[in-house]
Amino acid sequence: MIIGITSSVLLWYGLVQWTPFKAFNRLPDPLSVIIEWVSTDPDYGLSIFTKDYYLHILYSTYRATVAFFLALILGVPLGIMMGWRANFNAYAGALLDFLRPIPPLAWVPIAILILPGDEPAVIFVTFLVAFFATTLNTLLGVRSIDPDFFRAAECLGATDQDILRDIIIPGALPTIFTGLQIAMGAAWFSLVAGEMIAAQYGLGFMILESYNLVQYPTIIIMMATLGIVGYASSALIRVVGKKMIRWREQATGIGQEAET
Amino acid sequence: MAEGAALNTSEVHGTKSENAGIWLDQVSKSFASPDAGTIQVFQDLSVHFEPNQLHVVMGASGCGKSTLGYLLAGFISPDQGNVGLGPNPVRNPGPERLLVFQETALWPWMTVLDNVIFGPKVRGDADAKEAKHAAQGLLTKFGLADFADKYPDQLSGGMKRRAEIAQALINRPKVMILDEPFRGLDVMTREILQEYYLDLFEETRQTTVFITSELEEALFLADKIYIMGDQPARILDIIDVDLPRPRDFEVTVSKKYLEYKERAIERLFQSEES
Repeated sequence: MIIGITSSVLLWYGLVQWTPFKAFNRLPDPLSVIIEWVSTDPDYGLSIFTKDYYLHILYSTYRATVAFFLALILGVPLGIMMGWRANFNAYAGALLDFLRPIPPLAWVPIAILILPGDEPAVIFVTFLVAFFATTLNTLLGVRSIDPDFFRAAECLGATDQDILRDIIIPGALPTIFTGLQIAMGAAWFSLVAGEMIAAQYGLGFMILESYNLVQYPTIIIMMATLGIVGYASSALIRVVGKKMIRWREQATGIGQEAET
Repeated sequence: MAEGAALNTSEVHGTKSENAGIWLDQVSKSFASPDAGTIQVFQDLSVHFEPNQLHVVMGASGCGKSTLGYLLAGFISPDQGNVGLGPNPVRNPGPERLLVFQETALWPWMTVLDNVIFGPKVRGDADAKEAKHAAQGLLTKFGLADFADKYPDQLSGGMKRRAEIAQALINRPKVMILDEPFRGLDVMTREILQEYYLDLFEETRQTTVFITSELEEALFLADKIYIMGDQPARILDIIDVDLPRPRDFEVTVSKKYLEYKERAIERLFQSEES
């Protein structure tokens, strides 16, 4: 991992410093980016020592978090119902199949028109992609549960409530968490695009703003920050998922032991 | 012998015994198949499995044995005719007729103990402590006491099957239906499980319908063997296996055993030819 990162930074440096291509000349080299990033008095106003830097992170994180949890609260129950009840799927499935291919950014103008202000509009488009990913993966998770698991529970006298709590949720959980990770990634993707169009703060906004203001090192700083924040959010979901799906960990753990 | 399979319904309906047998009366069942049109699995099939006996249904794969199990368990209903347990018709799956599946049906996300107490827990017919106590007792009997807190995927194939049987038995079903429960296990494990099961049966005399395609297994376990032929499925012969209980593997070399075996093989070949 270290070799990979080091060599790509070196390549970047080399391309900017020594290549004859004009295209790379405008790109800031890694050293000046890092210097700007950790400077107590940054040339373009943003570094780890400025309050605004964290304000941008905070805005973006806040939007992504709200969108993510909305997707979780609405998408998981919807996906469960669609996977569990065939007639529910007949209603919701067709609508979802129709809406899903519409790129999230296509929703921005409508969202701005309908929702009060830019803030809810940006959150809405972010939510939308996360919602689709969550719903569809939850649906997939419920469908992938062996029908024998339902049958066995029913014949022991389990009610719908028991089946939901003891069969559907734990059975679909691994796939739901895969979906949540995809949802988080998609949320960041959509959020940055949304912020570029309709926001006054946030990492996405700042990337476009820095471009407009010819503050090129700031673009790279913001991009790298996005990478870090995105990775951290994904890792957080993974950790929570591992904690909640202990049975899988244990089972595969034993399997690995047997293999070695 | 075939008339032994025919059912006198009035007799069955008159049965008062708490642990009365499970029966099919003139059952017909067909399935729609995408490439072969309608497949008639059963036509006017009548069988009466008496209480407190170990009935083994035996036949080649694909002869409708599993369908029979599903009918008895109430997972499917007959097109015509009736299925019943004692005086009551069977309409739905229920805890008084439990089917142990061919494939594992332990929930991989629950520990072995949670799997076993699932039935009593969801029905609320025992408080948690009682259920846990009963489950631990059963697991001890099955040699799984140390594995109560493990997840199913941490168990071997044979242990899983034992856990499944414990999971069914804790519900004290009136009838246990076992659909090739030891299929896919190696010979050693299989024999160990057969002995486990036999001990358990001889202790409890739990009415059991045991479905298998292995003749040796059938002969070793059964009070009665029902030899099934197919298209449509019917009972070709019922063999009363009058071997002493408690049994152990020594019985498999006795003269009587070999006579039963010969007769069963004869019947099975007849069904192939017809």
